[in-house]
Amino acid sequence: MERLGSGIEAGRLSSNEYASNFSDLHPRLDKHEALVASDRCYFCYDAPCMTACPTAIDIPMFIRQISTGNPLGSAKTIFDQNILGGMCARVCPTETLCEDVCVRNTAEDRPVEIGRLQRYATDIAMETGRQFFERKAASGKKIAVVGAGPAGLAAAHRLAVNGHDVTILEAREKSGGLNEYGIATYKSVDDFAQREVDYVTAIGGITIEHGKALGRDYSLSDLSAHYDAVFLGMGLSGVNGLGIESEDLSGVEDAVDFIAALRQAKDKAAIPVGRRVVVLGGGMTAIDAAIQAKLLGAEEVTICYRRGKENMNASGYEQDLAASKGVIIRHWMQPKSIIGKDGPNGAHVAGIEVEYTAMIEGRLTGTGETGVLAADQIFKAIGQTFEASGLGALQFEKGKIAVDAQGRTSVENVWAGGDCIGRGEDLTVSAVAQGRDAAESINRMLAAGAQPSSAVA
Amino acid sequence: MADIRNNFVGIKSPNPFWLASAPPTDKAYNVERAFKAGWGGVVWKTLGEQGPPVVNVNGPRYGAIWGADRRLLGLNNIELITDRDLYTNLIEMKQVKKNWPDRAVVASIMVPCEENAWKAILPLVEETEVDGIELNFGCPHGMSERGMGAAVGQVPEYIEMVVRWCKQYSRMPVITKLTPNITDIRFPARAAKRGGTDAVSLINTISSIVSVDLDSFSPNPSINGKGSHGGYCGPAVKPIALNMVAEIARDPETYGLPISGIGGVTTWRDAAEFLALGAGNVQVCTAVMTYGFKIVEEMITGLTAWMDSKGHRTLDDITGRAVQNVTDWQYLNLNYIAKAHIDQDACIKCGRCHIACEDTSHQAITAMVDGVRHFEVKEEDCVGCNLCVNVCPVENCITMDALPAGSLDKRTGRPVDPNYANWTTHPNNPMARQAAE
Repeated sequence: MERLGSGIEAGRLSSNEYASNFSDLHPRLDKHEALVASDRCYFCYDAPCMTACPTAIDIPMFIRQISTGNPLGSAKTIFDQNILGGMCARVCPTETLCEDVCVRNTAEDRPVEIGRLQRYATDIAMETGRQFFERKAASGKKIAVVGAGPAGLAAAHRLAVNGHDVTILEAREKSGGLNEYGIATYKSVDDFAQREVDYVTAIGGITIEHGKALGRDYSLSDLSAHYDAVFLGMGLSGVNGLGIESEDLSGVEDAVDFIAALRQAKDKAAIPVGRRVVVLGGGMTAIDAAIQAKLLGAEEVTICYRRGKENMNASGYEQDLAASKGVIIRHWMQPKSIIGKDGPNGAHVAGIEVEYTAMIEGRLTGTGETGVLAADQIFKAIGQTFEASGLGALQFEKGKIAVDAQGRTSVENVWAGGDCIGRGEDLTVSAVAQGRDAAESINRMLAAGAQPSSAVA
Repeated sequence: MADIRNNFVGIKSPNPFWLASAPPTDKAYNVERAFKAGWGGVVWKTLGEQGPPVVNVNGPRYGAIWGADRRLLGLNNIELITDRDLYTNLIEMKQVKKNWPDRAVVASIMVPCEENAWKAILPLVEETEVDGIELNFGCPHGMSERGMGAAVGQVPEYIEMVVRWCKQYSRMPVITKLTPNITDIRFPARAAKRGGTDAVSLINTISSIVSVDLDSFSPNPSINGKGSHGGYCGPAVKPIALNMVAEIARDPETYGLPISGIGGVTTWRDAAEFLALGAGNVQVCTAVMTYGFKIVEEMITGLTAWMDSKGHRTLDDITGRAVQNVTDWQYLNLNYIAKAHIDQDACIKCGRCHIACEDTSHQAITAMVDGVRHFEVKEEDCVGCNLCVNVCPVENCITMDALPAGSLDKRTGRPVDPNYANWTTHPNNPMARQAAE
């Protein structure tokens, strides 16, 4: 296939170009780099980075351990708080979390490279297969976890540590959730998500059953009947629609499907991409889809976002990254209609009509001025929605599962965490924190032998 | 522009920066390079007596400790005096001095503690027409086991005796190099003066083990699994050297004795501090072994710029200026009261001042004010200890501000007394001298 062929085609680049484009965005620091980077940490008191981390990793301590030649001790410090510290080191938006508040920014405008140091330590520990946790004596309690994503894995690990037997029910073929299916390929280049699942489950006492979907194969009440406690961490399986004409035209796709396909593809040359691509949305998914479309050889990739730069959910760092790869980000522009054209295989997208927007009297409003962007592929990245059945009387708020601060739902002995709940940010690291904390709550309940009343009335 | 020409016991050099007797001055090649780079003088690597040359270990000779980013802070060595033939050195010294008449060339000597040994070598050195000799009574490793180096420097009577021989058998200026591996540096200095030395130079290196290999359990540097103590030098030893220089400079018995300051001089600022505490010039080694000879440019321009900015015209305007301000603890003014002050604009909020004060000192710095991380000195608890200043990563963020006389010290609730008062008259001192009745 030629580089500039129109339509959605695979193989636009040479194999060298694919290899180069999909290499590690931030390769692991070598030992020297790690020592230099760790030297910059001031070992702050009441460190702001630690406060900013949703899992509250003792960052000054793990960095000090690296600087003193103790990477395994460093990894233990990380895993104590965040058993998925390896993936978080790769995908956390550190620029808006720990590194954003690093005191080095004040004087030098350059934080300690916390994320990369975390990867250095966790990679060493995982490559040596070193396990830091031993299971407590068997409690005889059985817990069901729905979803083998970050929240479910974090919960399962903490429960297993406490001696409980955990069964994870996963709807998809592979474990890992968004770590497996939703991460941009250049952030986690190899089978790291699967290796991390293996590392987490090596603690023992965790069984993962694949192809088991809630609502299709079992219901929440089935689980409640067979297990001492249930943790729901099934994430978001639905995607928002545009609600405009011709949305189902060939060539209009969900960005999450594109990202998942790319992650699963052994040969990136097999993934087709348009010559001119438009991505609708302003979050990380939009950025990830746009960058990767560009890396696959699309000539022109444009993100259309209906609000301003400052409103984008994607961090400034992510926006700059996209720009550096040649992605054009256009603000204050919303889709109005999809334009199709008949082709050899029926109607296919040929462009998108967009309308400029503005904030008028506090409301986002179309200005009436329109234009057309040529496109042979359009990705929708305007948010995901909670879609599930089989949950019985479980209560919701704003379309997601209602929980209290401990992750308890409205149903007795049922906890929830991750993207399917209405609390916290939609980040891997937040999901880990919620899974871990729910596990602690479950453990306290089981230890007390008490039946808690439901938390959300 | 300031004139930094140096005249040290009659030995003239274009600047006060000499290279110390050490590996960088072992042969003409290195010394020529040093002079080309601008060094004012060298003390040639120590000569031994005629005969088979000394031998060195054939494994590692140096060990080190490092600070952040592997900046070398302290170096240790187990190298001995020159391992080249005496005459090879003498011939090269003569030629180098001829090539560089405006630079100082001083011969360092270490021979057995016998009159004949000194009597034999001194004319040989004198024949080279170098500017003077330095007696190596300092080297703490290897040679000291054979009764030389520090083994002499640790016995004041020996120092006096050898210096006397040197003055007797040579007309060259004699600089006596002292070892810091003693209890009180004033005793060897006084002995050297009694013997008639023209000057002392100090410090030589400090006996040390820099580290232990935790795999082999051998000290470093490790020679086939064994280690021996070495001589420690570099930035880490500068405070020890400054104190010893000051002790000699202010001792009534040695007051006015010229001093060549050695020990961790790395920048012009270090050199200026040695001069201020009484040194007539400085000798440098570890800094050039770390960065090469070129650093002398920074030293020359830095010292000159500082002198110009302060109006100092010659080195004599600086030398010894701080000596009068070195005193005993008992004479420090106990009515001088300072409090730490944190510049909130400069503060990066690392919190190290707080935790240092909270855990290890006087609980005088906040960590949280009105629910916000905020670091501020509580004057009512601050004893003015300066620890916060020392642990703060930002220079001048925390300062120690003296309370004006008459103002309230919130810690004691008393106004600051304008009068000088020290321990000798303090009511809590059982030895306090009573005023005459």
